[in-house]
Amino acid sequence: MANKVYKDAKSALDGLLRDDLMLMCGGFGLVGIPDRLIEAVRDSGVKGLTCVSNNAGIDGAGLGLLLESGQVRKMISSYVGENKTFAKLYLEGKLELEFNPQGTLAERCRAGGAGIPAFYTKTGVGTLVSEGKEIRNFDGEDYVMERGLVGDIALVKAWKGDTAGNLVYRKAARNFNPMMATAAKICVAEVEELVEVGQLDPDHIHTPAVFVKRLFCGAPYDRKIEQRTIRKA
Amino acid sequence: MAWTRDQMAARAAKELKDGFYVNLGIGIPTLVSNYVPEDVDITLQSENGMLGVGPFPLDNEVDPDIINAGKQTVTEVKGTSYFSSADSFAMIRGGHIDLSILGAMEVAENGDLANWMIPGKMVKGMGGAMDLVAGVKRVIVTMEHVSKDGQSKLLKECTLPLTGKRVVDMVISELGVFSVDKHGPSGITLLELADGVTVDEVKAKTKATLVVR
Repeated sequence: MANKVYKDAKSALDGLLRDDLMLMCGGFGLVGIPDRLIEAVRDSGVKGLTCVSNNAGIDGAGLGLLLESGQVRKMISSYVGENKTFAKLYLEGKLELEFNPQGTLAERCRAGGAGIPAFYTKTGVGTLVSEGKEIRNFDGEDYVMERGLVGDIALVKAWKGDTAGNLVYRKAARNFNPMMATAAKICVAEVEELVEVGQLDPDHIHTPAVFVKRLFCGAPYDRKIEQRTIRKA
Repeated sequence: MAWTRDQMAARAAKELKDGFYVNLGIGIPTLVSNYVPEDVDITLQSENGMLGVGPFPLDNEVDPDIINAGKQTVTEVKGTSYFSSADSFAMIRGGHIDLSILGAMEVAENGDLANWMIPGKMVKGMGGAMDLVAGVKRVIVTMEHVSKDGQSKLLKECTLPLTGKRVVDMVISELGVFSVDKHGPSGITLLELADGVTVDEVKAKTKATLVVR
């Protein structure tokens, strides 16, 4: 079996990165984002990137790193509220932005990865989102056509992975990662724990190995919290 | 005396039915979970991929991987499940969620909703709001009746870019409860007045066609 295991993010991305790529990034807020891969993309210095990601990170973390370094040309996201660098770049005209409704974004990636070039959804009909797009009536209701998305490289983060490339996510860190893993020419995964093939329960695998071409263990991780909210005892 | 934010949330909680799967937005809608009646059992859905959302954690319970759609740390309950964002919006868009409660900048008498962008200001994005209002079975808006600069938020037509067309079923403001005829021409009907609020006050603060029975 071909070896998919690399020692770190830099080696896992070796030969893949160049200017003007479209990167499909997993994560929601700071949960389940591919920290090590984003750092390695930053260190590579490639520019003109299009990043498809639900959010744009925050200042100093996640895709915020690539925004600060000026490597991103365009973001396709549903919500970018937490990032001051983002707002500054956008208002200065240095960053393109395409907003997608969150469910439409998720489905565009799922569809793209599943070989479906377009689909119809009622989300966004009659709003700015549907302007210029085909509207079609099914069973008395209007739907807007949205395109499947396939990028150049998917960057995903999982909890556990095995040496064959099977992935298991942890709790709400799953989010966009499973779709992103399918929606690119090549998927590179970072995992918190790498185990030998055969050690993951086949019934518990979320992303089957066929989607994952390269992976590495990025531990140790310090999981960041965006909005630490607690109740009193 | 008009209702407080908590009183609005408590009134919205009366719309919950036993067995409902519910998605709550940020702000007043989040407060609704504090007022769920004792004989009503509901399951909260969070669009980032969690069904069965519990209260905020105690200080020693915080798990960075358990967050709600507002990126706040939350907890699991018995029966919690996690799933991908695509599955999450299959629930939402596919009509499997019973109720969505969310905030608004404007609501029109035909049920049009605007709550995601003000032209000329920095736009943060619509997140999951467009999918929620398009797909969830029933949509209740909780909002202040007038904007900070004194303009009515219940209008004949929205002036801001829409989140959804003909999507709102009910509005709960500090002045009362209103049903919205999103499929017909009847406009907005006053169902209940908040304590001490008069019909005249509601009429004065409402630009939409208002039906008072």
